[in-house]
Amino acid sequence: MARIIVVTSGKGGVGKTTTSAAFAMGLAERGLKTVVIDFDVGLRNLDLIMGCERRVVYDFVNVISGDANVGQALIKDKRNPNLYVLPASQTRDKEALTIEGVGKVLEQLGEEFEFIVCDSPAGIEKGATLAMYFADDAIVVTNPEVSSVRDSDRMIGILSSKSRRAEQNLEGIREYLLVTRYSPERVERGEMLALEDVQEILSLDLIGVIPESPAVLNSSNAGVPVILDRESSAGIAYNDMVSRYLGDDLPHRFLKVEKKGLLGRLFGG
Amino acid sequence: MGLLDYFRQRKGSDSASIAKERLQILVAHDRRGDGPSYLPQLQRDLLKVIRKYVAVDNDAVSVSVEQDGAHEVLELNVVLPD
Repeated sequence: MARIIVVTSGKGGVGKTTTSAAFAMGLAERGLKTVVIDFDVGLRNLDLIMGCERRVVYDFVNVISGDANVGQALIKDKRNPNLYVLPASQTRDKEALTIEGVGKVLEQLGEEFEFIVCDSPAGIEKGATLAMYFADDAIVVTNPEVSSVRDSDRMIGILSSKSRRAEQNLEGIREYLLVTRYSPERVERGEMLALEDVQEILSLDLIGVIPESPAVLNSSNAGVPVILDRESSAGIAYNDMVSRYLGDDLPHRFLKVEKKGLLGRLFGG
Repeated sequence: MGLLDYFRQRKGSDSASIAKERLQILVAHDRRGDGPSYLPQLQRDLLKVIRKYVAVDNDAVSVSVEQDGAHEVLELNVVLPD
């Protein structure tokens, strides 16, 4: 049976798709057969972030409605043979997603894959609730910013009540906090919520802290998951996060302002 | 950010121009949603037929309809593998 992970946040623009792409690629790079699914019906973007936007022929909704089988809709990543993308549809309406339909597709995928990553749309509408319904684990992506933290808290509440695991009285979804766009400089200046503050309010296990980094925009421009930029702080932090998800006990990095000497300033670090 | 980073960035990967190029193709494609509704299915059918003879990737076939004066032109592009 595959492990199903939902990447969720409530608020838009905090890095769900960036995280889904990086996380899925990170799992695939460790030799684990992984599929990443875009649940944002009508506004697909995972294909762009993954760089496979021109290779979409069939989509998630086509599969649910029986126009295509799963094999026809899956897009094989060109960089990693363990990774596949199931794109969302661009035109069909959200009503096309049904609990039965999604369940059937996930079941089929579960026969072939070890990990199924569900990239949730923003909001708490159908796409978002269906993305989390079948999840075993949840990664709650949060910016250190008031509205994002509040929305994350709402999502945590929904996760614990409106899921298959909750309805069937199974062990609850394992929930993890991922803080993204973290800027130690701004925290030090008192302009940004500190990690401890976010953790205190949400009280979830911290799976990673992704620092604010120009590499994220560069990667999305090029359609390459940022985890493949191994020199960037964001890429390194995502790699750590994947390792932690798989059970490694790693310290968090990029939490403090780097104090650089003159040489450090000149040559970076 | 160090000086090297600064120069690396200045010289840059120019990822923005890649982004622009990708978006232009994609947005043009999305806007074709205004065109005939059979286009996506036509594209899939063509792909299926071509694959009987040549192994091509998903992005090998593109179809579009353009207005040329009083005529509508169906443009079909097939990229064969090297």
